[in-house]
Amino acid sequence: MPTRNSPDLLVIGAGVVGAACAYYAARRGLHVTVLDRGSVAGGTTGAGEGNLLVSDKEPGPELRLALYSTQLWRELAVVLPSRIEYEAKGGLVVASEEKGLSALREFAARQTEAGVTAEVVPGGRLRELEPHLAPGLAGGVHYPQDAQVQPALAAAHLLRAAGDRVSLRLGEEVTAILTGAHGEVRGVRTPSGDLHAPYVVNAAGTWGGELARLAGVQLPVRPRRGFVLVTEPLPRLVRRKVYAADYVADVASDSAALQTSAVVEGTPAGPVLIGASRERVGFDRSLSVEALSRLAGQAVLLFPVLATVRAVRTYAGFRPYLPDHLPAIGPDPRRPGLLHACGHEGAGIGLAPATGRIIAETLTDGELPLDITPFRPDRFGGGEA
Amino acid sequence: MARDRSPAELVGAAPDAAFEITFDGRPITALPGQSLAAALWAAGILAWRTTRVGGRPRGAFCGIGHCFDCLATVNGEPNRRACLVPARPGDAVTTQEGHGHDDLAVR
Repeated sequence: MPTRNSPDLLVIGAGVVGAACAYYAARRGLHVTVLDRGSVAGGTTGAGEGNLLVSDKEPGPELRLALYSTQLWRELAVVLPSRIEYEAKGGLVVASEEKGLSALREFAARQTEAGVTAEVVPGGRLRELEPHLAPGLAGGVHYPQDAQVQPALAAAHLLRAAGDRVSLRLGEEVTAILTGAHGEVRGVRTPSGDLHAPYVVNAAGTWGGELARLAGVQLPVRPRRGFVLVTEPLPRLVRRKVYAADYVADVASDSAALQTSAVVEGTPAGPVLIGASRERVGFDRSLSVEALSRLAGQAVLLFPVLATVRAVRTYAGFRPYLPDHLPAIGPDPRRPGLLHACGHEGAGIGLAPATGRIIAETLTDGELPLDITPFRPDRFGGGEA
Repeated sequence: MARDRSPAELVGAAPDAAFEITFDGRPITALPGQSLAAALWAAGILAWRTTRVGGRPRGAFCGIGHCFDCLATVNGEPNRRACLVPARPGDAVTTQEGHGHDDLAVR
């Protein structure tokens, strides 16, 4: 086996996005070192539900990225072990009243024009799809392309499947970005020494803004906290990913205040996961009883049967969001050699393969699968930090 | 020369009169203040649940409410921690299969 002094690429962040960047770069023949100050999937990836959604995205650049990523996840599901718990289960968005349903129908019609498969389900047929749904809902839209994965396992198996070309350095924090005479990236510094490479990918998720600052550029990534409530193990009780139509509005909202809208899904392991809350409170990890009680209440409105089972634990995470709710993907013209792959907000698990593929194609002068102009990392201006 | 040194003897307990509970329909004697797990153990019963995936037997492990291994169906309610639930006269403990919520499953 050949020994190498330095890799072609350093990926900062061992979440699912960093893992996907490493995976696709390795498949293009690059040697990659992945660094993380914590563990694999130790940040936002491990705090997610594993949503691979097209249903919550309005037509535009993020939906195009999601549709492409959905296709890549289907391919990955064949290559990666079944332990990643990939389920092409579909999503069901429901509206309690006629007014909400007509807005949902209109939204779905626009999505359909953009390539999404969406089927309107009348209220009377909802319980054929989901027998435990509350009676009396106005109707919904079924999205067969929505899927789910166990995010921590998916990140870990992506890294493993990348093979010998990827090496992993955990528990190592990047303290500086090394640059050359012309400002170009030369590597990174960690407490155990300097690592050299011509390219550095910022896959630091919610902490991507800090890493950008180390590189001397601005990227306004901010945390948006979310809680997930976990029930005791149950048999298959919810077939799809089921959520209330208000969720789409909450995702797109710019409000800092607490927002909750129930997203309910079963898992192969048994527990039902109940999301999703959103609030901007910095990196505060303290438990919000209000958020949890609202989630529980809204979940029971959708699925009254949940009132008879126990919620046994909860976890919180920080979605990395940028002001226009789009990720930053691609080279940073302000710092040659630096690329960004962060800021995916609550959609990072779903968008990871497309992001990784774009990074790999960029680095190997390959063909980009879609226009990445909307994701330009320097679009917020600010120049150098 | 073995001596019978039960926990009750060791602490010099003087409990009130014993009463009856059932395990899978079979009568068992319990003492006031005893947990269901303690009463089951005293009757020589070590397993009252089967695991979700492999169907393997489970009973009390930590005994202090932390590990959730001792889950049992008590008076029809699944997932009660037998090590924490005090025995009451007439309690019906039944072996819990897996998550104990088969009735909720959709196919």
